Amino acid sequence: MSKTNAAGKTRRQIYEDRLRRRSMLIAGGSTLAVFLTVILLVPLAPGWDRVKASFFNWEVFAKTFPKLLEAFKLDVAIFLWSAPAIVILGLLVALARDTRNPALFPLRILGAAYTDIFRGVPVVLTVYLIGFGIPGLGLPRPWNSPYIWGSLALILTYSAYVAEIFRSGIESVHKSQRAAAQSLGLSDADNMRFVILPQAIRRVIPAQMNMFIALQKDVALLSFIGPVEIFRQAGVFKSLLANFTPYVGAAAIFLAVTIPATRYADYLMAKQNRERS
Amino acid sequence: MAKITLKSVEKRFGDNTVCDGINLEVEEGQMVCLIGASGAGKSTLLRCINLLETIEDGEILLDGEDISLPGLNPQPVRRRIGMVFQSFNLFPHMTAVENVMLAPRRVYNKKRAELRSEVAELFERFGLADRMDHYPDQLSGGQQQRVAIVRALAMKPEVMLFDEITSALDPQLVGEVLDVLRLLKGSGMTMVLATHEMGFAREAADKVCFLKAGKVIEEGPPSALFDAPQHPDTQAFLARALK
Repeated sequence: MSKTNAAGKTRRQIYEDRLRRRSMLIAGGSTLAVFLTVILLVPLAPGWDRVKASFFNWEVFAKTFPKLLEAFKLDVAIFLWSAPAIVILGLLVALARDTRNPALFPLRILGAAYTDIFRGVPVVLTVYLIGFGIPGLGLPRPWNSPYIWGSLALILTYSAYVAEIFRSGIESVHKSQRAAAQSLGLSDADNMRFVILPQAIRRVIPAQMNMFIALQKDVALLSFIGPVEIFRQAGVFKSLLANFTPYVGAAAIFLAVTIPATRYADYLMAKQNRERS
Repeated sequence: MAKITLKSVEKRFGDNTVCDGINLEVEEGQMVCLIGASGAGKSTLLRCINLLETIEDGEILLDGEDISLPGLNPQPVRRRIGMVFQSFNLFPHMTAVENVMLAPRRVYNKKRAELRSEVAELFERFGLADRMDHYPDQLSGGQQQRVAIVRALAMKPEVMLFDEITSALDPQLVGEVLDVLRLLKGSGMTMVLATHEMGFAREAADKVCFLKAGKVIEEGPPSALFDAPQHPDTQAFLARALK
């Protein structure tokens, strides 16, 4: 029989309530202390007034923000047509690297070379090389558009990472699953398609989401080869108004998209860890 | 002619000889139980019969036809030999009925609708009628193992291999799975079991083989092998197993 007090709580519950109150008090106090220090100390820095005027100018912010938001639509569009292509190409490369068929051996080395090369080169370099290099072949309009070749650079780079993540997912499916499917007389292709891949893809969704959050940010790299997306638009305003606030505005817009997406990916990851344990 | 014949089958993993010249005959409709300590080669032998492992030497005959021929396409053979595993190995992302229908759909090109009624009969027969649309993690171990048996049976195999299928089950769930085996034996299925269930082997098997270090040490009808084992190794194993 458990002993309870007037409030109907056991002594264990009373003890844990007290612990919880105590740790909340400490957490609140220390957070407040850190914030107060920052707020009080930063303005004491000698250059603070100048930084405030050139990075946190409210007038400039209000004036440029709608235009920045408009330019961000282009980032989203580039993201939206690149992402499906990345999923498909990434999956194909992962499958090519997994193949055991000797006739497809060239595909296997190509897949390995491809992931090595594109994971090894900085994205911005790939964007430059493909974005300037291919239109340099003298292609007619619209085939010289930086939208096409810039997007291709992103697609090629990100597919290499996404392929590796898919591959790790495929390898994480226990070999007994493969054996069970084999014992039923399923072909290797059916085994992959119906048994291995569905499990592999489910497992790597959180990791892939992180890749796509990174992609959304890297779309800004296309600004180097022409498209006036948000980063370039912010740069235009900076030159025009001699003020850095538009960059802060652009950062705020990126964060408005990436923070919820990151939180969601973390949530999926935590959920999966719980399910597996 | 025996349904399955093994002729001096050898299987090695690197330097480790797991099957060391195994000879075995399984007649049509027989239930053969392989017994022996863990690591004696029982599971590997079953995996070799189903061509999940290739053998280094020897022959495996199914209806007199050599299925261990190097380069032979294993898929048509595996369709004729069903296998059930110790750890069930159901596909976790599919419901029980989807697990069962996948192979017949893909291999025999059967339509979902006609298959479902066909498969429903199997679920009914093994007391799983109300579990068809459950996912594996919503089923008890005994139910999962019975679904795995139904999944193998749906391919209409001529032979069934059972690899310690009750070893991962809670003791109170073992009985329901053994009942399924009795039912199958009654229907005339040819079966080979690797098992630690000595009581069941004694009661239901037509032939029992004792394996040690990849060799068949002794074989015979259960009454002979359990009550009057000849070889000292068999005697020692049974003395421990039946204690």
